[in-house]
Amino acid sequence: MPGLPHQRVDDGPYLRVDDLKVRFDTPDGAVRAVDGVSFAVDRGRTLGIVGESGSGKSVTSLAVLGLHDPRRTTVSGEIRVGGRDIVGRPEEEIRRLRGRDMAMIFQDPLSALHPYYSVGRQIGEAYRIHHPDASRRQARQRSVDLLGRVGIPQPAKRIDQYPHEFSGGMRQRAMIAMALVNDPDLLIADEPTTALDVTVQAQILDLLADLQAEFNSAIILITHDLGVVSQVAHEVLVMYGGRAVEHGSVEQVLRRPQHPYTWGLLASVPSLRGAADADLVPIGGNPPSLINLPPGCAFHPRCRYADRNGDRSRTDVPQLRQVQERGHLVACHLAEPERKRLYAEQIATAGADR
Amino acid sequence: MSEPLLRVEGLVKHFPVRGGWRTPALVRAVDGVDFEVRAGETLGLVGESGCGKTTTGRMLVRLLEPSGGRITFEGRDITHARRGALRPLRQDLQIIFQDPFASLNPRHTVGRIVAMPLQVNGIKPAGGVKARVRELLELVGLNPEHYNRYPHEFSGGQRQRIGIARALALQPKLIVADEPVSALDVSIQAQVINLLRQLQRELDLGFVFIAHDLAVVRHFCQRVAVMYLGKIVEVGDRDDIYARPQHPYTRALLSAIPDVNRLGPTGRIRLTGDVPTPLDPPSGCRFRTRCWKAQEICASTEPELVPRDGGRQLTACHFPEKGDLA
Repeated sequence: MPGLPHQRVDDGPYLRVDDLKVRFDTPDGAVRAVDGVSFAVDRGRTLGIVGESGSGKSVTSLAVLGLHDPRRTTVSGEIRVGGRDIVGRPEEEIRRLRGRDMAMIFQDPLSALHPYYSVGRQIGEAYRIHHPDASRRQARQRSVDLLGRVGIPQPAKRIDQYPHEFSGGMRQRAMIAMALVNDPDLLIADEPTTALDVTVQAQILDLLADLQAEFNSAIILITHDLGVVSQVAHEVLVMYGGRAVEHGSVEQVLRRPQHPYTWGLLASVPSLRGAADADLVPIGGNPPSLINLPPGCAFHPRCRYADRNGDRSRTDVPQLRQVQERGHLVACHLAEPERKRLYAEQIATAGADR
Repeated sequence: MSEPLLRVEGLVKHFPVRGGWRTPALVRAVDGVDFEVRAGETLGLVGESGCGKTTTGRMLVRLLEPSGGRITFEGRDITHARRGALRPLRQDLQIIFQDPFASLNPRHTVGRIVAMPLQVNGIKPAGGVKARVRELLELVGLNPEHYNRYPHEFSGGQRQRIGIARALALQPKLIVADEPVSALDVSIQAQVINLLRQLQRELDLGFVFIAHDLAVVRHFCQRVAVMYLGKIVEVGDRDDIYARPQHPYTRALLSAIPDVNRLGPTGRIRLTGDVPTPLDPPSGCRFRTRCWKAQEICASTEPELVPRDGGRQLTACHFPEKGDLA
């Protein structure tokens, strides 16, 4: 059986995901957690995936890492990592990529680190799995180097400590060190700063940006926080109900958004600027259940503009189409001139954050 | 000036830690906190994890026993009031919890949950308990017909509304809200903040609003107190705190918040390191180990919380910052 090539020289994006679908079969029915999502990430670039709980953003990232249990999950579409399609590949092969070519930073470092082993042992283990010829001493040296690189003081001493002896920010740094130990080309960070305080969050975001500049890695940052996205992402993908509703550069999506859901997210975020006494403009209703997704545009029950197209929003699923501006994709039945007009007249001027 | 609704003076909470072979240690979770809340006023208590904001809130409603200091509610000293004496107080002083999944009994119907405060306090509203509960559910934007449903049938935002309805059942004068929206999705968070604002205005409620998110606090509170390691470092009117903060920590906190209206890395004040342990807080000013302006006096003398440099707010800093934020 031919294994995956170590690394193919490829000029295209490092990660390319095409029409990814992830389905879980449950006793209550099939959950289409991700339903036809496509995106690409270049080396040295950061893609921010934004969405609320149940939007499919974490499921997407787990699929890229091949972490779904094949007995319970149906994954289809194409996921090309460094030119190699990994969908349907045997677990053995994906395991060789995971940790070496792509790595993950989880939200909660306390539950992602093993409490029973020292931090250094866990980092060293990740290294030795992919470097079977490395000695214990080499692995230890590598761990010390990385702990120092991610900003942990006295790394040679801290390496023998256990996760509970680290503060929250330190643990997150240790997990970043573990993810980086094999110089991965792709780093997936799932809400990496959500559990952290804001001053520590700022440190970690700075660290990720510095590391990206140094290692030229592709990063996927999954978050619900539009502020974090605006600060570190180059491209943004907005997900709703398992589908992509808007995709483009950070300028396009946050400055000239065209999807009513993106407008809703922007208007509902409390801000440090603008009128403090103005009411926030929330999105009505609740995010949909993935078992029973509304027909047509999944956002239509919460959309203020759903009636402007006759019944189309209720019957047709809008396709993600490029708007006038290159690289900006939107899935909405409203015509582009109307979207631009609505945004200029009702959204950009209203809301508490402008 | 009228008597404030709530007055807190020198409030202290130390948790003993059963240490190893050394003398038992104390976690100084709250170490001398003073503030006031007037009727119908909203005070935000902000800070990072471990600053003592939740412990303070729990002492206010007497879920925790203070180790020292004084809490006065409507002129009555309630610091160490006993169970019986607390009962009338509980009617005036309610709490909303952070986690809408853990704070509702999964085996009780919504109707029973919201009616519980009435039942416990032996209150029989005119028109009956059921009518009152329906009224409360409607007030917080829930369908009164859902009276017989169980918490698991509701989403996170709806559960938080149930918690709010329960807190309102006794028509309190002051509500302690401990991170009431931090477990919710962004779009839902805005719904609940708007609801709390509307209730606050309509019912003229006083609030102690505990949160780590300064942007949320800005949209809800008239006054803001910033806590660091068990102490208030700056307190004042919202506009003073957000537009011209004087304490370096407040400035750092505000500049660390990623703002969706600014793309790319911002010129942040970068704090290094972590918050020190409350087991052994730094001498003098507690922020000095992370402060870029710290001098010798900061280690030797603890700065008092007083007006400084003509600022309208109170600031505990020897070298307060000047000027408006950009």
